[in-house]
Amino acid sequence: MSELLKTPLHDLHVGLGAKMVPFAGYDMPVQYPLGVMKEHNQTRTKAGLFDVSHMGQVRIDGAPYADLAAALETMLPVNAIDLAEARQRYGFFTNDVGGIEDDLMFANRGDHIFMVVNAACKDADIARLKSVLEPALTVTPITDRALIALQGPSAEAALATLNPAVADMKFMDVATIGLAGADCWISRSGYTGEDGYEISVPNAQAVALTQKLLDHPDVEAIGLGARDSLRLEGGLCLYGHDIDTATSPVEAGLTWAIQKIRRNGGERAGGFPGADRILREFDEGASQKRVGLLPEGRAPMREGVELFETADSQTAMGRITSGGFGPTVGHPVAMGYLAIAHTEIGTTVYGDLRGKRLPMKVVKMPFTPANFKR
Amino acid sequence: MKYTEEHEWLREEGDVFVVGITAHATGELGDLVFVELPEVGTVVSQGDEVVVIESVKAASDILAPIDGEITEVNTALAETPELANSDATGQGWFFKIKASDPSQTAGFMDEAGYNEFIA
Repeated sequence: MSELLKTPLHDLHVGLGAKMVPFAGYDMPVQYPLGVMKEHNQTRTKAGLFDVSHMGQVRIDGAPYADLAAALETMLPVNAIDLAEARQRYGFFTNDVGGIEDDLMFANRGDHIFMVVNAACKDADIARLKSVLEPALTVTPITDRALIALQGPSAEAALATLNPAVADMKFMDVATIGLAGADCWISRSGYTGEDGYEISVPNAQAVALTQKLLDHPDVEAIGLGARDSLRLEGGLCLYGHDIDTATSPVEAGLTWAIQKIRRNGGERAGGFPGADRILREFDEGASQKRVGLLPEGRAPMREGVELFETADSQTAMGRITSGGFGPTVGHPVAMGYLAIAHTEIGTTVYGDLRGKRLPMKVVKMPFTPANFKR
Repeated sequence: MKYTEEHEWLREEGDVFVVGITAHATGELGDLVFVELPEVGTVVSQGDEVVVIESVKAASDILAPIDGEITEVNTALAETPELANSDATGQGWFFKIKASDPSQTAGFMDEAGYNEFIA
């Protein structure tokens, strides 16, 4: 285990009694003594605090924002240029075959772009950014800051005890705000389907800030186990599972993240890797699509379960990419890809679980309503 | 009560053994959300996968600790899998098995031995 990296909050997790597991090269808390189920419910009903310091934080500097954004638009099929100052947007790096290299958040912070990328992809992302943007621009991995997420209906009240200014932020706003003496870069966002914040805090002050938040009666530390069930119920993709280098944004149902201006007929249509395939799929449709799936029985159906049209058909026409028990739904939930002919809401398909064909229904996502503060 | 290295417990009741998994095991697995039990009358061999349990996190197999015939299963677990968490060695039992060779339990641990095994 000695080769695993540690976040600045590692000792704090161990002190809280967390069960630590390797994740994306880091020794991370998968659960605390509360357990996955209670941690999940805590986040949905009060507030949960997550250490997401393993994720990559990156700054892009060196030109006025519009020029930084124009350069970024050559790598991402999103409208970066028109993103207002102090606002954040979801996006993804695409590749030449129209697949997704990573999904991410980026923010217009006035004189620079701040980006948060997935832990497992961060080295490749930084290399990709540098190869495209440097030397004209500067790409800087931020390694002197931890990243913590505070999520749930009590997140605003809990964080506002440290600085009431956070209450004025709306979903996807970003701001630099002092918290417990630390200079924090805050966004009102997260990946649980709940209202909340992601807070980039200098390493030296990360433990003290986390401890202050955990001292609040409505806040508990939450591990990766509950993070996964929360995002699954929220219908949110996990990179490397629900989206990857082969799946296109159209297949993945992420078309909402590609603004009209980058699609055919838009002022800045195309001009990103894989535009041929992605824009063609916009116009002609994709051959498969990511859907929500609700097993009819109580057995959870997880990643890798093959999907069939009937209880005895021989050829799979889809596959589950994420699945498990949804504590808030109180029932198993899943998402996966299905051949386009079978993706209509209400269609019954069959998952092959341990040799049995079990029925499941194609349903709308999210499984639990999003509680963002718009 | 006897214990296996697979974290099962066996309690002799007349001519059958009641089988479940230990509180240590359910603690490690976390909250159980699904239990798939064998059919009564199934004849199993030691090491066969007889029960599937699922926690929020993952699925695991429970292996038959001995050869024998399943004589009864705890149907309450189908509706209330969390019994295995809240009362692992009581209401959370999985199945009863009639041993075809009771001597197979000879090598199993006693409580002190099991506590040492998980320490």
